[in-house]
Amino acid sequence: MNYDKLIFEISKEGRRGSSLPEMNIEKKELNELVPEKFIRTSELNLPEVAEGDVVRHYTRLSAMNYGVDSGFYPLGSCTMKYNPKINEEVAANPKLANVHPYQAEETVQGSLEIMYDLSGMLSEISGMDTVTLQPAAGAHGELTGIMLIKAYHRSRGDLKRTKVITPDSAHGTNPATINMAGFEAVEIKSNENGEVDIESLKAVLDDEVAGFMLTNPNTLGLFERNIKEIAELVHEAGGLLYYDGANMNAIMGKTRPGDMGFDVMHFNLHKTFSTPHGGGGPGSGPVGVKKKLEKFLPVPVVSKNNEKYFLDYDRPESMGKVKGFYGNYGVMLKAYAYILTMGAKGLREASEMAVLNANYMMNKLKDYYKLPIDRVCKHEFVLDGLIDNHEVSTLDIAKRLLDYGYHPPTIYFPLIVHEALMSEPTETESKETLDEFIEAMIAISKEAKENPEILKNAPSTTNIKRIDEVRAARDLILKWEK
Amino acid sequence: MHKFIPNTKNDILEMLEVIGVKDVNDLFLDIPEEFRLTNELDLQSGMSEIELRKHIFNVANKNKSIDELTCFLGAGAYDHYKPSVINAIASRSEFYTAYTPYQPEISQGTLRIIFEYQTMMSGLTGMYAANASLYDGQTAVVESAIMAIQSKRKCDTILVSKSVHPESRKVLKTYLSHQNINIVEIEMNDGVTDLEDLKGKLDKDVAGVIVQSPNFFGIIEDIEPIVEATHANKSILIQSVDPMSLGILKSPGEMGVDIAVGDAQCFGNPINFGGPYLGFIATTKKLLRKIPGRIVGESADKDGKRAFVLTLQAREQHIRRERATSNICSNQGLNALLATVYLSTIGKEGLKEVGMQCINKANYAIKKVTESGKYALKFNKSVFKEFAIEGKNDVAEINEKLLNENILGGYDLSKEYEELNKVSLYAVTEKRTKEDIDTLSEILEVI
Repeated sequence: MNYDKLIFEISKEGRRGSSLPEMNIEKKELNELVPEKFIRTSELNLPEVAEGDVVRHYTRLSAMNYGVDSGFYPLGSCTMKYNPKINEEVAANPKLANVHPYQAEETVQGSLEIMYDLSGMLSEISGMDTVTLQPAAGAHGELTGIMLIKAYHRSRGDLKRTKVITPDSAHGTNPATINMAGFEAVEIKSNENGEVDIESLKAVLDDEVAGFMLTNPNTLGLFERNIKEIAELVHEAGGLLYYDGANMNAIMGKTRPGDMGFDVMHFNLHKTFSTPHGGGGPGSGPVGVKKKLEKFLPVPVVSKNNEKYFLDYDRPESMGKVKGFYGNYGVMLKAYAYILTMGAKGLREASEMAVLNANYMMNKLKDYYKLPIDRVCKHEFVLDGLIDNHEVSTLDIAKRLLDYGYHPPTIYFPLIVHEALMSEPTETESKETLDEFIEAMIAISKEAKENPEILKNAPSTTNIKRIDEVRAARDLILKWEK
Repeated sequence: MHKFIPNTKNDILEMLEVIGVKDVNDLFLDIPEEFRLTNELDLQSGMSEIELRKHIFNVANKNKSIDELTCFLGAGAYDHYKPSVINAIASRSEFYTAYTPYQPEISQGTLRIIFEYQTMMSGLTGMYAANASLYDGQTAVVESAIMAIQSKRKCDTILVSKSVHPESRKVLKTYLSHQNINIVEIEMNDGVTDLEDLKGKLDKDVAGVIVQSPNFFGIIEDIEPIVEATHANKSILIQSVDPMSLGILKSPGEMGVDIAVGDAQCFGNPINFGGPYLGFIATTKKLLRKIPGRIVGESADKDGKRAFVLTLQAREQHIRRERATSNICSNQGLNALLATVYLSTIGKEGLKEVGMQCINKANYAIKKVTESGKYALKFNKSVFKEFAIEGKNDVAEINEKLLNENILGGYDLSKEYEELNKVSLYAVTEKRTKEDIDTLSEILEVI
């Protein structure tokens, strides 16, 4: 389809897409109700389109998009699994969705019960003692978690702890979070196995360290086998251990962060628990903590007393609020429906099959693409570009995959792998889908040798070709103008 | 195997053989044995769709939704009209099952919508540019304060008016307490920011001043003298604004505001027990590079065709890590889509009409509710769609009686303002009818 319009470009003066009922009260002019100086004088830049125009325009735009429902989406660290339709139905239930956050508690017992139970289920899955649902996304959960660590040290009068450590394989949000929480980010190197280098960790651990943020399995898709020693070292130094839950899809029902020694963690409901990514959000980033951090959790906490659910604000040591109201409730409803649908066995099977699928793909591709660390991976794996080919880049490979009809893997992350291609197939893809993708990857590796220009010019079958990103940043155009 | 997992027994065997292990559990031997779970998690067994629907039906029935009540409650979460078009578009899974548009060639749908959204929001607020959205109105206030601090490196204080939404002030306090930034509250005078108190508190340490208009009490504040005083002190003026008012009320940009923020839940987003909502932030050309979060820009593909991409990414966490302008990663993409489709459908004249209906009906409600003399308007100021009413009974007691008549009463202001004992904040949107308002005032009269 060759549609290139913005909604403003199909606007025509005098058209309308909505109507309101007549007001059957006396209508006053605006200047009778407010002083003249409060009245808008500049023109509104909103479109004037008929209802059918709106529908056709956005339907056409939807055809320019690619979602999990369109095809395979092995975007590493993002867990692009199938988003069950029943979740959408549950979240759209008017008795659950059309509820005001300030309604009296007795009129929202259903919503509170769901939140209470979801917290409990996430606690069980993670081995943490309590879970708050307030944070809006993964990065927001990280921030909440690191602030909780600060509250913990402060409450003990331990004020000299100013540093938080991350490995160099960490998500970019980790160091950004540390900074935003008023700590200094200290980065340590990974070892040749792609894991935390114990000696480097020891070298930075001292009484100024507030905590250590770790993703496990890490961003290379590898399980940190020395997790016990890491936890002991961090705890001995008086620090707390933070679990970045982005990769939780590898371990459900197999192991738990709480058992491994983590003190605080976040979940990504939009990854592990199948809620859709919405083209960039909304997410939901609940935070789980061990007992010793419980009293610092954000207010309100959903609690239960004599079979009545209530919002508990009476928590004097709480770190405060991190978000308006109670969190991304609409997203919670979907995760709740998912966990109920999966049950314990289903969640375990999900992680097992996610790991199986990743290992299968990795083994099929390692003869064609460089595999920096060859050992069993978890739910994702990272390739380092093509073997013995320096002419085409990971970006070229990714763009060529678009021609084959796929969303490419995550590229150039983690930063420690130069030409990183990070693939996460998830458990909801069939062997046939994986095989077709593997064939495409192999075909691309051959094209790279025989006709690298095809890759450099890719994509060639999409409506839009490679985009000039430098120009976008240089000649900033951030809005449509007449 | 579970219905969401397509691998068959045979598939599994074939795949294990390729990998070179015998059993799926062999793929988990890198987890230290002491941490491996040997029992199933303590959760219910999985439900079929039939069972789940039944369960949800039962739980949901413990709620009373605003479809069953006449809603006069607002205070940051609003019951506005949502055209049916919105859900039809938002249900297209090409939109809602997509990730952040990292591969622009196959994400032009999302990118174009965000570009349209940025155009609409910057136009409505009268600012130079808007970003692709933030978590909610509260965190948008925080991000704007951080922008102010980052642009005024020598300053360490943010002034915030007490007429700003209490939840915004609370979230602000949480965040800024970790950054060694002082928050000083500006007193109120008759329900609005006290200009003299503000002037007294402005000094060389003040990076930014945060006000809200229409403020938490629904009152349209006189922003221009506040802008003047703030700018005279070389500080940044941040206005939190109900974007629904901007069809008829003067925009932040027209009044010289530096950063406009707020929550656009009112544009087509369900009320959803408080989230997910839609934080917006828009600013001047000068402050643009301090803005957090995603931004979409126009460019061209190599054939010269118009195309859209995420831009100015050098500000963001995945590039700049600990030096990023914020740790924010996601935006509220789908909520921004709802707002964009809403604004397209409601259109230029529609938004003015919604605004006119809100302000007319709110004023009619003030007249009706205060008619008997039993209730009084707390602040004698111009309002948009909310107003504070003082009665003789506790608000909780009034609301209980209203609830018996299936009316959701106003927000109890004494919860956040000690001095506003027995004062209730009512919201009247375009959805409320004359009959709704008349009924409310009749019942109030006999309480």
